[in-house]
Order: sequence, then structure tokens, then C-alpha cells
Amino acid sequence: MLKERWNDRAGGFHPVSAPDFLPRQQLREVQSHRLQAVVGRAWDKVALFRERMQARGLTPDSIAGIGDIAALPFTTKADLRDTYPFGLFASPMDEVVRLHASSGTTGKPIVVAYTREDIEVWTEAMARTFAACGLHRGDILQNAFGYGLFTGGMGTHYGAEAIGAAVIPVSGGNTERQIMLMRDFGVTAVCATPSFFVHLVEKAGEMGVDLRDLPLRTGVFGAEPWTDGMRERIQAETGIEAFDIYGLSEITGPGVATECACHDGLHVLEDHFFPEIIDPVTGAALPDGEEGELVLTTLSKRAMPMIRYRTRDITAILTAPCGCGRTMRRIRRISRRSDDMFIIRGVNVFPSQVEAALLAVEGTVPHYQIVLTREHGLDRMTVEVEVTPEVFSDTVRAMEELRARIGHAIEHVLGIRVGLRLVGPHSIPRSEGKARRVIDKRQD
Amino acid sequence: MKISQLSVFLENRPHSLLEPLQALAAAGIDLSGIALADSEQFGILRLVLRDWARARGLLQSGGWAVTVTDMVAIHVEDQPGGLVRILEVLAAAGADIEYMYGFFVRRSGRVAMLFRFARPELAIAALEAAGITMLGEDALY
Repeated sequence: MLKERWNDRAGGFHPVSAPDFLPRQQLREVQSHRLQAVVGRAWDKVALFRERMQARGLTPDSIAGIGDIAALPFTTKADLRDTYPFGLFASPMDEVVRLHASSGTTGKPIVVAYTREDIEVWTEAMARTFAACGLHRGDILQNAFGYGLFTGGMGTHYGAEAIGAAVIPVSGGNTERQIMLMRDFGVTAVCATPSFFVHLVEKAGEMGVDLRDLPLRTGVFGAEPWTDGMRERIQAETGIEAFDIYGLSEITGPGVATECACHDGLHVLEDHFFPEIIDPVTGAALPDGEEGELVLTTLSKRAMPMIRYRTRDITAILTAPCGCGRTMRRIRRISRRSDDMFIIRGVNVFPSQVEAALLAVEGTVPHYQIVLTREHGLDRMTVEVEVTPEVFSDTVRAMEELRARIGHAIEHVLGIRVGLRLVGPHSIPRSEGKARRVIDKRQD
Repeated sequence: MKISQLSVFLENRPHSLLEPLQALAAAGIDLSGIALADSEQFGILRLVLRDWARARGLLQSGGWAVTVTDMVAIHVEDQPGGLVRILEVLAAAGADIEYMYGFFVRRSGRVAMLFRFARPELAIAALEAAGITMLGEDALY
């Protein structure tokens, strides 16, 4: 790596951003070349991928370039779960230098691996991300993404160091200490989930610290969906410029896509991570501009290539050129997912939010189901929770208290009133071992 | 002195009382005492029976949430004031009653009241000191 590339002085064009401005024709050549390489590698090393190619009558030679990508089979989260832990690795363990894991939708985590080259690509992607967010040498970055199995902390850490920023690896939590460090160290930039940062802003207010009085000027937020309304609130209350970044462990972690100073969609670093939009129901590829599910292919990944990975995130590829001049296509800010999200009384609800609330009460994942009904034109949401032997008590009082605790926890997370019904163990029907989470009985 | 009671969670829906009792009947399990607590949302079926361990296994494997609770069975004189005397002793001792129910023990013709106490030891000591008869398993089933 050319070290001087990373150490640009403040203000000017950042050399690390150079690939972001590749002419489209050359970018396509890079993508074609890398796609052929990654398909060949996955064919050689990953049995599941080879079998799926063969089932479609494909060989690596069938792929002449990036234009053929839609012929390739999809990879899904279920594939990662089914091959847990190492079944999709394309590198032997003695070439793997890092393992991360993210919580899956059910029990077992999703495991991801990196070779030394993968870490370098990831670092480059995060350095380009930070450059697009206006960070440079001299910045003091407080990194409040979690360090550990989660990719957020270390991914941003490596990228920020590479760009020459001074990183404070504070990780998540401990809000009061975060505010103390922010003030005492003269922090200029912060990385966090937007919800944690909002919490931090509120806490700072309670402590009598006005973030507008501090040198803090940039916030890099990701790892969860947030809205433009939230951005406006953050910017107004803190005086910082807030950037949205996007990534997922299966692809690399943070660094897949980032906003630039135009704040009009997120540039996908598509020389490494190729985006497609598909119809989430039929799987058919959709043209740029149309809304659908984001599918990503890791063009450079070695330890764990993901070919046409279905992210379940709903977005569209923006077609107009960006004012910043980057040639990397942009995706619209991720607003929802193709899985089981629903809207009730104007509020977007993911079953996972309900699940998180239940987890907070029970300390274990209970079985639950969400039933949506409409009475007198008013939508109602009822959460049915199975009573496990662990939480069952012989007194009505204890059971009513349990019901109230669960109800409050859900209402706290969702901000809307919900009905709550306790049901017997195993009364919620399971299909393929997984419960169907949402039953929508609303009639139009 | 403690009696094991099975409690079974019941959903508020048709047949929810019938089904566990059918399961026990099919296995030839005899009940000595039964009580039902209900709220607007759900019910709790409480059972006193000799074969409680077998019944618990049967109900658990049938998918019911079951819990075992220590109860105190007290012989109540079947005459005016019989229960009052007991409650006075408990009140004086500050024993909190979570719930209670009664049934006839057919074999002896006695009335047994089953109490669920927040602190059974305290209640038992007070009852013993007052000379009130508590019933063991042998006297109940």
C-alpha cells in the first residue's frame, strides 16, 4: 500500500478517493475482470456455489463480464446459516486472519472471514468512506461502534487509522464517559449508530454539555435504518454534519456504501461491491431507477466471496450523476426491508423490534406472533407471546405483572399502544422450525 | 406438611380447560382437588393429586406450561367460624395469602383448605403454635 496515499493534508482532494472517480468504462472493465476472478475462485473452493452453477448448466466460462452477472445464482442468509460456521469459506484457515460474526435471525450467528487482502480492501473501502465524509489527517475520531464480533468497530477503526485520523476506540455504551472524552480530547468526528448518538446528545444535555460548543463537526452513522428527519434533528441540535453509511457483515462490514457531501444517496464502492436491484418476489433483475431489493456481489473478497447476496434491504439505484463527481452509482437511503416489516397506524414495525423488546424482558427469545386486525377502521396490533415454563407462575398477579412488563417494553420500543395476549407453549404454528411472525387480518 | 400443587397455564379460548383434563383422564389419573383462577386474558388451572409427578410429566410432554407449587393443607372444622379461626391466626402472624381454595376429602369426610402463602414457613409455624391441624399427603388423596 502506498502510505502517502492515505496521509493527505486537510481540505483538498483526498488521493484515497481516486477510485471513486474512475470513468464508467474503465470501472466496468475492472468489475468484469474481478467478477470473473471471484466466480472462478468460488467455483473452485465453495461446493455450494459450484453445485448451484452446475444445476443451472453454468461454468465460470459462462461469465464473460459484469453484464452476465444476472445469470449467477443468489446467495441468501439461509445459506450462511445452513453452512455454519465455515461452509462458504474459499480460503483455508491458515490464510484467514480474522473472523467476525453477526447475530442471525435465528439462534446461530452468521460467521464471516477475512484474509489479509480482504482486510486491506475493507480498510481501503472505509478510508474512502471517511474521505467522502470529509475526514482527514488531524481529525480526532471517537469510534462508538461496538468492537468485537460485530464488524462495525474494527472496520471503521482500520479505515480511520489508514486515513491518518487519531482514533479513540471507545466502543459503545458508557455514555457519560463518551461525553467526557468528547469534550476533553477535542473530538472532531464521531462514529455511532444514529440511535446511540441521539441518546448521547440527550445525555450531554442533562450533563450541561452543549455539543455545539465543542470542536465536533462530523458524524458518521450507520448499522441501522434512520430517517432524514432524524438527521435534521441531529444536525440542528449538535451543529454537526451527519453522514449515512451502509454495510453488512456478509459483504465486508461498514464501507459498502457512503454518502458524500451532497447527501443525496449513498455511493456504492462498486469496484469492490457490485450492486443490483431485483424484484424481491420474482428475483428478476430491475433496471436502475426502479425500487427493489439490493443484491451485492463481493468482487474482491477472497476468504468468503458472496455472489449475488440478497440483502433484503429495499432501495433503488439513483440514475442522475452526483454533484460530487463520483462515478460510483448511488443507492437511495435504505428505508425498509423486503422481509417481514409492516406498517401500523403509520409506524413502520419490524418483528425484530418486538423481539428485542421481548428479549429485554425475558432474557431469552420467547416465541411470539403479531396479529394485525382492523376494527371500526382502526388498525390494531396484538402481540401473542407464548408462556414458557420458565416464566410461568401459579399466581394471577405474577402473570399480570409479566404481561404489563412485556406490554410496556414493546410500547417503549415502538412508541405505539399494542395489545398483548399470553398464549400457551407451542400454540404459535411453526413452519420449517421458524414461527410465522406476522398475521395480517386487516381487510381493505 | 407441604402439598405439591400443579398449576397449568390456560389460554382464554374454547377447549383450553378440557384438553389437559382429557390428557390426564386418558392416562387414568385421578384428581383430588381442582381450582381455576381466571383473568380476562388467561386462566391458571390448579390441581392437587396423588400422581402429581406423573401428571406433570404428561402435561409437559403434551406442551403445557406446568409449575409445581408448595401448598399448605389445613383441616377446617365444618361449623360456623371454622375458617375464621384459621384466618385470625394467619392475620395475627402477618402471613400473606396469595390464594386459597377448599375441597372435601371424601375418604375422611373432612374439609381441606389449601393455602398458597407468600412465606409458607411463617404460616406453618403460626398454625402449629395455635394447634391447628395441617394435613399431609396421606390424609388428602
